[in-house]
Amino acid sequence: MLVIVFGASFLAYNLQAYSSDPLSAFGESTAINKDYLIAKTIRDLQLDVPPPIRYFSWLRGIVAGLWGDFDMGLSRSNIPVSEILAMAIPVTIKLVITATFLAIVFGISVGMITAIRQYSRFDYTMTFFSFLLFSLPIFWVAVLLKEFMAIQFNDFLADPRIPPVVVMLASLVFGFVLAGFAGGTRVQFFSVLAGAALFAGLVLTYVSATQWFLEPSLGIFGVSFLALCNAVIVIQLITGLDSKKGRNAGIGTAIAIAVLYYPLQLVMSADASVLNVIAVFSITITVGILIGIAVSKIDRRVYMRIGLFTALISTFPIIIDRFMAEFSDYLNSDAVNGRPVPTLGQANDLLTPEQLDNFWISGLDTALHLVLPTIALTLISFAGYVRFSRGSLLEVLNMDYIRTARAKGLNERTVIVRHGMRNAMLPLTTILVNDFAGLIGGAIITEGVFAWKGMGQVFNDAIRNYDLNLFMGVFIISASLTVLANFVADLLYGVVDPRIRIRK
Amino acid sequence: MSNSNKTPASAVEKNENEIANRETEGRSQRQIIINRFVKHKAAMGSLFSLIFIIIFVFTATGMNFGPKGSQFSIPGWWPYSITDIDPEGAIASSCNGGVTGCPTLDLLPSFMDGDGVQIGNHPFGTDIIGTDYFALVMRGAQQSIMVMFIVGFLGVSIGTTIGAIAGYFGGIVDAVLMRLTDMFLVTPTIIIGALIGFRFGNLGVVPLALLLGFFAWMGLARFVRTEFLTLREREFVDAARVAGASDRRIIFKHILPNAIGVIIVAGTLLLSGAILAETALSFLGFGVRPPDVSLGLLISEYQDSFSISPWLFWWPGALIVSIALCVNFIGDGLRDAFDPRQRRHVTAKDRKSAAELSGKQS
Repeated sequence: MLVIVFGASFLAYNLQAYSSDPLSAFGESTAINKDYLIAKTIRDLQLDVPPPIRYFSWLRGIVAGLWGDFDMGLSRSNIPVSEILAMAIPVTIKLVITATFLAIVFGISVGMITAIRQYSRFDYTMTFFSFLLFSLPIFWVAVLLKEFMAIQFNDFLADPRIPPVVVMLASLVFGFVLAGFAGGTRVQFFSVLAGAALFAGLVLTYVSATQWFLEPSLGIFGVSFLALCNAVIVIQLITGLDSKKGRNAGIGTAIAIAVLYYPLQLVMSADASVLNVIAVFSITITVGILIGIAVSKIDRRVYMRIGLFTALISTFPIIIDRFMAEFSDYLNSDAVNGRPVPTLGQANDLLTPEQLDNFWISGLDTALHLVLPTIALTLISFAGYVRFSRGSLLEVLNMDYIRTARAKGLNERTVIVRHGMRNAMLPLTTILVNDFAGLIGGAIITEGVFAWKGMGQVFNDAIRNYDLNLFMGVFIISASLTVLANFVADLLYGVVDPRIRIRK
Repeated sequence: MSNSNKTPASAVEKNENEIANRETEGRSQRQIIINRFVKHKAAMGSLFSLIFIIIFVFTATGMNFGPKGSQFSIPGWWPYSITDIDPEGAIASSCNGGVTGCPTLDLLPSFMDGDGVQIGNHPFGTDIIGTDYFALVMRGAQQSIMVMFIVGFLGVSIGTTIGAIAGYFGGIVDAVLMRLTDMFLVTPTIIIGALIGFRFGNLGVVPLALLLGFFAWMGLARFVRTEFLTLREREFVDAARVAGASDRRIIFKHILPNAIGVIIVAGTLLLSGAILAETALSFLGFGVRPPDVSLGLLISEYQDSFSISPWLFWWPGALIVSIALCVNFIGDGLRDAFDPRQRRHVTAKDRKSAAELSGKQS
């Protein structure tokens, strides 16, 4: 493994060294001290030493990391490379983490549903959709998003009324998607469609009539409704809705979330910090687990799990609701001036110090800056997860043990969730781990389009300034991440799949 | 008739199987695969669209061969080239209150809010200084398609060679080659691509594509190696070896034809990846440079004028998406055609014809 990183870095070092010419900037220079500058550059960058030999002096700094004397060299602006990277890495992680998470969650669930409803209309639609997303260049999506999601949404906020035609169309689309998820006979399909479309229509009309976008909030009703929906899904996945104790645990937790809504507002005060958010999560999760314990005498773990997941996921609406409460102040502040969705940058520079100190406002600012890049990145990687999890689940569902499970009379939910999905997740672990490693490469373009100052920007500078040490810094980080990810994937695969143990 | 005493349901099932068998009966492997591919509607549609796009794009503005200076060029049927400037035409086709160079293409007939079906002087409009945008987009698409095919060809050839050698010979050869592959693989393609593009992008599109191709073979090599590892343990390979076939003969005559499915499918994925990578690099400024154009470069140049003249942005994007989409669908069709585990889906129509068949028989 180390050999691979070593070899790859040697390759990259020489490629960069031979293909770049730091002296080319002086070609047309008319400076009086041109010769001196050239000589200085040669001395600083050791250009008189052949690259393969120069590589080892660079390597010595890296290897010295073993005894704590890590040195990646200086960039051409005389700042240690490790410092530049230390500033850039958190930015990139912030940029990609939400997108990856969303893409994984949505991609895998949609992929598995298309596999269960193979050859249905929903399957065909999603297949086409994922192929389309597969073929979209991310920079193009980014520019489109900037236009439609940011500029036009900001214009829309000046008069946030949704035209009836849009309400109808959006409700119909929502209805079709939900009905496609649900499947079933034609009558079921259309009743789900009608119900969902009606619901969406009512919500949108309400949103439009109350100018919700100017002062968004979920309120206790929104939070409880989402908690209930979420409880139903969690119960269905873990025990099935026909389990009485499962229902008690899940719905009990959802009710507890609703009851806790007002008390929790006290925890999330104006001078809150990340600690308060963690406190909120710990409170709800503890309550969820306790309810799980309370409803059962045996097999407590299962019901605790229901309580835990219901509480965990349902807490997000509460937090989001709290952020929303600050939205109208944020929107009308001088720094924002009624145009909340930014097209560039990672934070609003014009925010006042008081606003920056307020956890909720600065958090809202970060979140709004993340909206566009996150949507772009999610759309792009979503398609891959859909295709992969669909294929994976289909393969598993054709296995003999699935037929055995059906033959011994297990209900369809148990067959698909317990026997199918769990096994289909195995090959996904490899993909997931590798994707995390490939994120830095993937973020280069996104960072460029949205002007974030992360690894992508550093890399861009490194190439344009012929900055060999900086380039190698970015390279070594992404290469080691990839190698590490492969290693972790191998180990993980051995852990989750007992059939595969690492040989030797 | 032997199945006349059976229940109709099993007869239908039997006939369904017969329909499935009829597909393969008396046909060679190649015919079966081609047949399966032809039946894949999305893939066939995409294949024709792709061929149409390629022919359209390459004949439109003509092509130039050879090094600069002693160029041999074929003229295209489109009157403008990327260096012709037509400011009067741009002003003549103003719209939306004085924005110059709007597209003159109009597919809406006059009774539906249009000026009648017409192509006009500048169907895709013109850019800010009056260059015909149709010519620019066609030229850009030529470059992008060329990069796509060169990278794809190189990637497939190098990847297949390395994968085949590693998989067939195994042992130390395999270990060395695979470590080499890993070395290339740990570097994100875009990093190497940007490095190469920044240095060699000004040489023109072909050298750039050649260099990119040298860093695009790793995934394919791995696939081919895995395939070769399984195939070389099969009986027919042993039989060939016992019969005294040379390594070369076994590789080319016995194993490679069986691995061709994996190669083609991975190859199409490589193609769609290549066009997206090229456009992304050009967009970032690491690929094709002005005055030459590529689709990514066009998008990058005009992304800020989106709100004023959106057509400068739509056309190149639409072309990239359609090319990549076509390639992806063709790849999907090929995968279905080559994968023997892929059982054909029994449609309602098949069921009906099977039921009719059993009705006739009983």
